[in-house]
Amino acid sequence: MQWEIVIGLEVHAQLSTQSKIFSGASIAYGAMPNTQACEVDLALPGVLPVLNKGVVERAIKFGLAVGAKINSPSIFARKNYFYPDLPKGYQISQYELPVVEGGCLRIQVDEVEKTVRLTRAHLEEDAGKSLHKDFHGMTGIDLNRAGTPLLEIVSEPDMRSSAEAVVYAKTLHSLVRWIGICDGNMQEGSFRCDANVSVRPKGSDKFGTRCEIKNLNSFRFMEKAIEFEVRRQIEILEDGGIVHQETRLYDPDRNETRSMRSKEEAHDYRYFPDPDLMPLEISEEWINQVELMLPELPEARRRRYVTAFDLSDYDAMVLTATREMADFFESAVKQLPSQAKLCANWIMGEVSGRLNKEGIEISDCPINPVQLATLLQRISDDTISGKMAKNVFDSMWRGEQDGNVDAIIENKGLKQISDSGEIEKLIDEILVANSQQVADYRSGKQKAFNSLVGQVMKATRGKANPAQVNTILKQKLS
Amino acid sequence: MTLSFNDVRRIADLAYIETNEEEAHMALAQLSEIFNLIEKMQAVDTSAVEPMSHAQDVVQRLREDVVTESDQREQFQEIAPQVEEGLYLVPKVIE
Repeated sequence: MQWEIVIGLEVHAQLSTQSKIFSGASIAYGAMPNTQACEVDLALPGVLPVLNKGVVERAIKFGLAVGAKINSPSIFARKNYFYPDLPKGYQISQYELPVVEGGCLRIQVDEVEKTVRLTRAHLEEDAGKSLHKDFHGMTGIDLNRAGTPLLEIVSEPDMRSSAEAVVYAKTLHSLVRWIGICDGNMQEGSFRCDANVSVRPKGSDKFGTRCEIKNLNSFRFMEKAIEFEVRRQIEILEDGGIVHQETRLYDPDRNETRSMRSKEEAHDYRYFPDPDLMPLEISEEWINQVELMLPELPEARRRRYVTAFDLSDYDAMVLTATREMADFFESAVKQLPSQAKLCANWIMGEVSGRLNKEGIEISDCPINPVQLATLLQRISDDTISGKMAKNVFDSMWRGEQDGNVDAIIENKGLKQISDSGEIEKLIDEILVANSQQVADYRSGKQKAFNSLVGQVMKATRGKANPAQVNTILKQKLS
Repeated sequence: MTLSFNDVRRIADLAYIETNEEEAHMALAQLSEIFNLIEKMQAVDTSAVEPMSHAQDVVQRLREDVVTESDQREQFQEIAPQVEEGLYLVPKVIE
């Protein structure tokens, strides 16, 4: 039987505020345990939550970026369960009327565009952390993370392969960073993904029973976990069994998913509106203000790069992977408007390659876009060849001559010889010294011509303009 | 909708409230009365009334995104039953 895979993703994006969603404690990562947990986070008696404006603003930004409806009023609800890292006994989340409803994300899978619909995005607080290291048979609780603002972004079950799920997650990851609402740091848990996976016979319009996979904290794990889970479910179904709805945890060391809790014993969260929080009103005026703060979105930039700079879809996509990369590209092109393709090639090639190799971000690139544009300018005005430019690029990377392109070219004596008088003189000398090759060429041996070009390049240590050498040599020999 | 004895037991269980049989029967009787009241209220035609999510007609006040709390761990942990390495210690959690 042919099976169709159905995937929906839930992503928890930690919002990049200074303070928590309902208290004035800091959310800075890596502080000593419980030094950033105040009365509200500890749920001491008598405390009340006060909503952070910056949190709402980021949710609005996201909603606008995905073309969703911004609900007003929006309601906060209590999700009730007991766990020691949740001192209140409930998590403040949203159930009915989340801030963001609907919207969609366009993704590009193997050059084909696909639209993934979003169900909703709601605000909630994170829980604390349990440390299961043995404290004389007890568990240690750190509540620094309790109350950290999260935006839970829920997609519709619109993805049909692990590859699509990964592209969706990457596109979403790029978007939240692009609009500056989340730092996207997956190691620190700022962007956490859960996948709802099910399979059904191809052509069926009913969904199969789904399992939720947790702990997908890298894109690579996500792909592997989904693939494992799909195989597991298909095997069960092909053996005549049934898939039970449950939550499963991915174990990257064993590359398998295993049952965490099944639906039967799952919590009934008994959601109800939180009486401590009034309905959140979001005015048109506020939405309009936030809209003005929104940068040009990746999709709009991609389209502009294709139309204004004549780049391929692929180039446009690579360059808009992050806003920093896109800004770098645009700053370079601003200096060298006629050479957008050259700028794109160098940023995707040399610059990205070097950044990857050294494991640094483009914001820490030792060469700035203006310096890069100057280098590329020297290629396009024939001062140096492309090959030499790579040599100069190395020197710039190391910070030689303060990254001054012309000073490096001068200092290394790399300046291409484009003075035709000088090249002609040199060619004359070489033709005299190599009369045999001249004769060979004239008798029809093409190889002899290449050898003569080689002699000229050697004599100038590669600095002669190759196109010019070819032209002059042909003239002399004809 | 009628509430069963098992519903009461389940709700008590979810809320971590220990109940003996007598207490559960008592709660069932009381909760059933509340349910009856709800039924009466639901019989009223409210189609023209906008749903209300809070008893008071006020909107949520917002605070600016600034850190206003300082580290008071020492003070908070004075009243905790057990702490170590800055952590609150609780009976071992087995998932």
